[in-house]
Amino acid sequence: MSDAPHAEAEAPDFKTRAGIALADRTLKIAIDRTTNTAETKRAAAVGAFPEFEAARERGRAIKDHVIANLGHYLETFERNATASGAKVHWAADDAEARAIVVRLCREAGARSVTRSKSMLGEEIGLPDALAEAGIERVETDLAEHIIQLAGEHPSHIIWPAMHRTREQVADLFREGHVPPPSAEDPGSMVRSARRVLREKFLGADVGISGANFLIADTGATCTVTNEGNAELTTTPPRVHIVTAGIEKLVPSTAHAFALLRLLVRSATGGEMTQYTTFHRGPKRPGDADGPEEMHIVLVDNGRSRMLGDEFRDMLRCIRCGACMNHCVVYRQIGGHAYGGTYPGPMGAVLTPVLDGLAKSRDLPFACTMNGRCAEVCPVRIPLPTLLRAWRGRSWRENLEPRAMRAGLGLWAWVARRPRLYRLASGLGVRALRLMGKGGWVGSVPLAGGWTAYRDLPRPSGKTFMEQYRGGRK
Amino acid sequence: MTQASGPRVALFVTCLVDAMRPRIGFAAIRVLEEAGCVVEVPEAQTCCGQPAFNSGDDADTKALARQVISVFDGYDHVVVPSGSCAGTIAHGYPELLADDPVWGPRAKALAGKTREILSFLVDVMGYRPEGRSLPASATYHDSCSGLREMGVKAQPRALLAGIDGLEMRPLEGAEVCCGFGGTFCVKYPAISNGIVGEKAAAIEATGADLLLAGDLGCLMNMAGKLHREGSKVRCFHTVEVVAGMADGPAIGEAE
Repeated sequence: MSDAPHAEAEAPDFKTRAGIALADRTLKIAIDRTTNTAETKRAAAVGAFPEFEAARERGRAIKDHVIANLGHYLETFERNATASGAKVHWAADDAEARAIVVRLCREAGARSVTRSKSMLGEEIGLPDALAEAGIERVETDLAEHIIQLAGEHPSHIIWPAMHRTREQVADLFREGHVPPPSAEDPGSMVRSARRVLREKFLGADVGISGANFLIADTGATCTVTNEGNAELTTTPPRVHIVTAGIEKLVPSTAHAFALLRLLVRSATGGEMTQYTTFHRGPKRPGDADGPEEMHIVLVDNGRSRMLGDEFRDMLRCIRCGACMNHCVVYRQIGGHAYGGTYPGPMGAVLTPVLDGLAKSRDLPFACTMNGRCAEVCPVRIPLPTLLRAWRGRSWRENLEPRAMRAGLGLWAWVARRPRLYRLASGLGVRALRLMGKGGWVGSVPLAGGWTAYRDLPRPSGKTFMEQYRGGRK
Repeated sequence: MTQASGPRVALFVTCLVDAMRPRIGFAAIRVLEEAGCVVEVPEAQTCCGQPAFNSGDDADTKALARQVISVFDGYDHVVVPSGSCAGTIAHGYPELLADDPVWGPRAKALAGKTREILSFLVDVMGYRPEGRSLPASATYHDSCSGLREMGVKAQPRALLAGIDGLEMRPLEGAEVCCGFGGTFCVKYPAISNGIVGEKAAAIEATGADLLLAGDLGCLMNMAGKLHREGSKVRCFHTVEVVAGMADGPAIGEAE
């Protein structure tokens, strides 16, 4: 069923969700289409940008500087944003952020709000909070519009509907648009979405956006889109609400541009987004348009805790999605299987911060440690190191299964005793050899995960050490 | 350079080569000696501890790291026929023992002289295979840790280019992980299978006779998948080919 929420999003544990995703061949086609294109375009954009490595280093340095001086830049931003006429609100966690936004919507007498794509909005659970408050929510990003019609959550931080093929989107639009699109080519479908959304843009009481950057020295917020929907979300309604994580701060507009050069190339392989907009305060006397009120909700939600622990480097993340586009695991299972707001390698680091390690300890282990995510990360986040840090915590907090702990503990105990280890490995090799014929072993007790899908080479008989000591050198 | 005056090189065999394919260890010794090294195989070695390291079991990893450091730090070089195990010694140990006033500096010192074998042969010893021939076509997979942690990229290709008759065919996605990932393939076998399935298809598409790579874990994963799928591609560690030992059984062929 193409228009039912993907089942893997509903299953309780990661392994089940991943299994459902793996069995869905249409999902795999959708993932391959988008990630292959993203990978190719990013490589071309980086190849055409000889100073990319220097830009990465600068990007890393900008973010590290802000993180090290976060208090200073938050105060500077609040002062300058307030001076511009915006009102700054502080939310310690997701519940507080939701409450502030819903209150602001109610104070504005809002019946309908438009929203431009914001992963932070997803992180704080804004879609459900608006629904509970009885406020109509209209997603204006084309991909968000698709998943709103499907009743789903984003499966990618840049392309939220990347798990849906064109063909599935055509089905959704036929059922969800009145009248339906005139044809099912991309052009006709986009025109249909534009027609449906245009009415909503003009009728909304409040527009809610995220921010790609918070500019400390001007108090402005910056959004980038390729559709212009953020501008139509933030300008016509009476009230504009920005929700942003506190890690989005940069010292100045020039710093935002330094990071934009990295962000756009890493995300879509473009040089620049179609729309890059700075919002600074509400409508002023003489302005042709703009909101009467502008509110900026600064959200912590675990970020200040990361400042002081081993996940601090993750605060550099500029949400480009390159890590997931280049992740072999993401490319097998897609985003919903991860089960958190953020999927892929960056999500596997952030989800335990947001949802707790006990609920998400599978994610840091769902990684082959191949290092490709860190290789493409525009701000050089050592993602495998951070994932390993979660594994370490999971081990120390006794969250790993008892059998695993006991088995590994015994192995390590033996490995610290070389003579015993020689004896054990010699016996092990002989036992394994007895289980196979010719060159292969077809099934091995306790290694069913391996032999379910592949054969195991049969060991040749004696260990290297036995042969070496036996003088066959 | 004569053998007696060459650098004293300790071979870190790796637990997987020790148990599953000793030929790789003997191939390593052969080429290292040809390159002029004095090769020793310390008997007190077992495993670098990577299974514990990647499982988050830092205490056991540290204990194994201290053991490896004690056994190996008296040599000029430590050479490993695996980018992955070399990476654990060269990057994992210093990271894990960074705050240890005694073992931290020793870990760093060992890291500085630990190399993956093919890069060691080319970058340190200037070795080139001579008089080796292998009339076959082959494709090469870049194992992730070797590529990204140990700088192994051009060296194996340069060595393979020196083998008469060996035709190298490029592998689409050669730098993409094969899905082995150590404990990953046991924890998440179905995801791992999806990844290695794509890798096996890319290998088949080259039409090459042989698949070569520098890490036995990855090789066992790819060879096991290729065999399960009925492929005729034969798999060897690159050092076996460089040592002229590809006339013997491939991975999964009876001796």
